[in-house]
Amino acid sequence: MSSHILPKRVYYTIFAILLFCTYLTVQIAFFDLGALNTVAALAIATFKATIVVLFFMHVKYSTRLTWAVVLGSVFWLGILLALTMSDYLTRVWRTYG
Amino acid sequence: MSHEAAAHQGHHPALAHHFDSLAQQTEATTLGMWVFLVTEVLFFGGLFATYMIYRSWYPDAFAVASHELDVVLGTTNTVVLITSSLTMALAVHAAQLGQRKLLMTFLILTMILGGVFLGIKSVEYYHKFVEHHIPGPGFQFEKEYFRHAQIFFSLYFVMTGLHAIHMIIGIGIMLVMLWWSWNGTITAEYSSPIEISGLYWHFVDIVWIFLFPLLYLIGRHAH
Repeated sequence: MSSHILPKRVYYTIFAILLFCTYLTVQIAFFDLGALNTVAALAIATFKATIVVLFFMHVKYSTRLTWAVVLGSVFWLGILLALTMSDYLTRVWRTYG
Repeated sequence: MSHEAAAHQGHHPALAHHFDSLAQQTEATTLGMWVFLVTEVLFFGGLFATYMIYRSWYPDAFAVASHELDVVLGTTNTVVLITSSLTMALAVHAAQLGQRKLLMTFLILTMILGGVFLGIKSVEYYHKFVEHHIPGPGFQFEKEYFRHAQIFFSLYFVMTGLHAIHMIIGIGIMLVMLWWSWNGTITAEYSSPIEISGLYWHFVDIVWIFLFPLLYLIGRHAH
């Protein structure tokens, strides 16, 4: 429930982690990791988004119904991206047939 | 207002008649806001899917075009937006404790930071305009990537533009929240308008968290 009031230090901690992750994501971009560059960038962005959702948006302390809706958005976004790419990334396979 | 509910809640003016209690009302508004945010996730999701397709087709053109964006300005804006999320979270905290002056201070800070973000964004747009990087008849780019770089810049302007529109709407919401805080509508018992406005603001921050590396940081090591 939203009556759960978090201490301010939680917000400052999350803020510090977000700043550090921003620094990290910029630094990593200047190293050549091949395909891992994109993977690293998206992994850090996903981590940042997760802590914003859990703490700044209080989902960690919300009802199960709110959890279901939040996870639902991730699930449907996953369907959108995964099914789209399963088409586009496999079109070249025809050349082997 | 039903008499039963009124007896339970002691006639809170913000309690709508179709809810039993303020707690139930807050739960419903929070859930409703999240359902709206799901539609927003998929709204932006369509653009991210478009981005994925074109980047998988033209990775080199995307990397070269991405280099035209200013990493320093992009990083600065990321920090500005994250800081505005902190001030928003602190505004919600102040609202929950009924600290009216602190709440108004943090709302104003959040709006100022949102304004700074939009200011930096317009400087970037202006640079792109001067450099002829607006897709269309006036577009100029090295020959090899001329066509595909336009796709990158189209996505850049649509995605950051839609994001900026959300920021402007967010600042508008903050103005209403500032008014409601000033006139005493917001109290420690009735802070949910601030909370769900905060959800919107944080969502817009999350969109930028993904836009920043995908637009500004592609193949930076190569040059």
